[in-house]
Amino acid sequence: MKLTPIYFLISALVIIPGLFSLARYGLKLSIEFTGGTRLTLTQVQSDSETILAAFKDYSPNVENRSDTSITLKMKTIDQPLAQKQIESLKEENSEITLTDFETIGPALGQETLKKTLNALLLASVLLLAYISFAFKQIKYGVCAVLAMFHDTAVLLGSFSLLGHFAGIEVDLLFVTAVLTILSFSVHDTIVVYDRIRELNKKTKGVTYIELINRAVTETMARSLNNSLTIIFMLLAMFLLGGQSTKYFSLALLIGTITGTYSSTFTAAPLLVAWEKLPFGKK
Amino acid sequence: MKLSKPLQALVIVALLVIASLYIVLPRQIGSISRPFFPIKIGGLDLSQELPLKQGLDIRGGLQVVLTAHMESIEEVDRQSALDSLKNKIERRVDLYGVSESTVKTAVNGQDYRVIVEIPVDVADTLQALSLIGETAKLEFALPQYLSGETATEEATFAGFIPTDLTGADLKIAEVTFETENRLPGVSLTFKEKFQKLTKENIEKPIAILLDGEAVTMPIVRQEITGGQAQITGSFTVEEAKSLTVQLNAGALPVPVSVISQKNIPATLGADSIRKSIIAGGIGLLMVIVFMIGNYGKMGIIASVSLVLYGLFTLALYKIIPVVLSLPGIAGFLLSVGMAVDSNILIFERYKEEIRAGRGWQVALELAFGRAWDSIKDANTATIITGLILFNPLEWSFLNSSGAVRGFALTLILGILISLFTGIYVTRNLLRVFYHGKNQTPKKL
Repeated sequence: MKLTPIYFLISALVIIPGLFSLARYGLKLSIEFTGGTRLTLTQVQSDSETILAAFKDYSPNVENRSDTSITLKMKTIDQPLAQKQIESLKEENSEITLTDFETIGPALGQETLKKTLNALLLASVLLLAYISFAFKQIKYGVCAVLAMFHDTAVLLGSFSLLGHFAGIEVDLLFVTAVLTILSFSVHDTIVVYDRIRELNKKTKGVTYIELINRAVTETMARSLNNSLTIIFMLLAMFLLGGQSTKYFSLALLIGTITGTYSSTFTAAPLLVAWEKLPFGKK
Repeated sequence: MKLSKPLQALVIVALLVIASLYIVLPRQIGSISRPFFPIKIGGLDLSQELPLKQGLDIRGGLQVVLTAHMESIEEVDRQSALDSLKNKIERRVDLYGVSESTVKTAVNGQDYRVIVEIPVDVADTLQALSLIGETAKLEFALPQYLSGETATEEATFAGFIPTDLTGADLKIAEVTFETENRLPGVSLTFKEKFQKLTKENIEKPIAILLDGEAVTMPIVRQEITGGQAQITGSFTVEEAKSLTVQLNAGALPVPVSVISQKNIPATLGADSIRKSIIAGGIGLLMVIVFMIGNYGKMGIIASVSLVLYGLFTLALYKIIPVVLSLPGIAGFLLSVGMAVDSNILIFERYKEEIRAGRGWQVALELAFGRAWDSIKDANTATIITGLILFNPLEWSFLNSSGAVRGFALTLILGILISLFTGIYVTRNLLRVFYHGKNQTPKKL
């Protein structure tokens, strides 16, 4: 762990641009969180402006436009009202039809956002408690949860950047991905910590830092191999899977990679750093 | 003959495989039909093929979240009003004849909700919305007029006086067609009260109100004994059908309005599922190649366990049954990647023990024993988050969205089954089929 500062530097290099983007642009939230309506019309002949004009009271945005179909995102509107506006377009587009309609009330969006934060908080507390209990020392819990936050920061940061530059939205599935990555991150960290715990029992006369070094080296192969199998699966899902789960797979993929990195290069060095704190040494 | 312990274990596994195959295999494979046996276990009927339940995002349909306006209901009665609301909506959906619909309730603080999922086409959603969302409160009332002050002035309408005849007195409502012009209408058949009302109001108009609006206001010519009334108006056939369904199911106890709605075209799901299956297949193949490349013979055995893992999981999905949604499929595929995790932990441990100079049999048993600690702790952590996502106690401060739950359920099941296949199955397969080389102990 001579390289501890360097590991932290690498993490910082990845995290800081993401956090900057997060502070500056935030996340591009889907209507599941903001409330609003998304609808798709097919067999459209008019240009996008005409369609937008029909819904002008609901501040619409074009999300996707192909030859004959258009997807709009706008403020919450109910279907009978939307249907009325569509009727008004029938003069120019006799065959126009609504194929996809999704609407979420603004209050419901707020509620989902709140519940999501609750879930993240609850997961952090429970995992902290469980790891501290399983390893009988609070430093393991704290460091594992810090490593977990590291992964969350990377993931949120990347999606803030993706949202700003590529228009990728954060939806309920993304939240699921974040929570899954929380557990994956901890899962991986536990394997490293478990080895430290085991070596601690077996070996005598070695410094704690040397112990951590050995544990990291010994678990490296398994950590990499295990992540590789998951990465294979996720890569296939991201590249070949359906559109609706594409970014879900991407979020899991980013999370798995940073989770693997962090268990070795963040969670273990954090323990070393903890040792160096004035209250760290027993 | 007495079997050794590992062999006994493998017999159990083999029986499980046969049972799973029985559940998982489709009715028809190529030109061969598979047999079905008349077996029933509890509520589980195994004499026919168990369907794999598909979520709304795969088969397409409409999901609506309705909020109930409970302002006029006493706080203590709100829960029962919500339950009755759910029952009424359920009856309407059933009477309308859409199969595989679900109606659920959710309470969030002071917000009472009903979540309805119906597999209908986008084209029919408006009608479905009005079918489930309209109160359909039927009333009979007497119009009241103020007579004009002078003889030439017409009487002015002053409002309705309600009578005690309401939708609750209805025996049955049916769609009818008028004899002259075949216009659709709704015929209502009542119990006795109707006869009394007509008897008392001969030569007077009676208004039939639906949700407070007068649909029709016929003048009673004579006492009607059969208890039959007709509503005709500007109905389409579909509207008349909806109305009879609503009236037969009964009025909603409280008015509702839509707070969220989602239409999913069926084609989108079919395309996604096909792509997911291809992606899953390729991913699985890569995992198997990787495992065999890395761990040789042990990798082959791990791959066998992995395939069994997939088989057992599918069988459980059918038995429970797990409603398969797209995130659920993603959860399943992810769990395939994670399922080999315990095997990798064990095999890496085995390599270490071999390097430490132990014989392969000792190393194998040691590897399983020593890897267990980290497998246990690591998987407990995943199950904790899985449970938070699944929210089994329906805590109202956590999410209970179907998509998230579907993912969580497949993830939790995945972990539990993978512990079984990754440890129990792999271990016993290795004990029976694996023979390592005993290296000459290193001289130190």
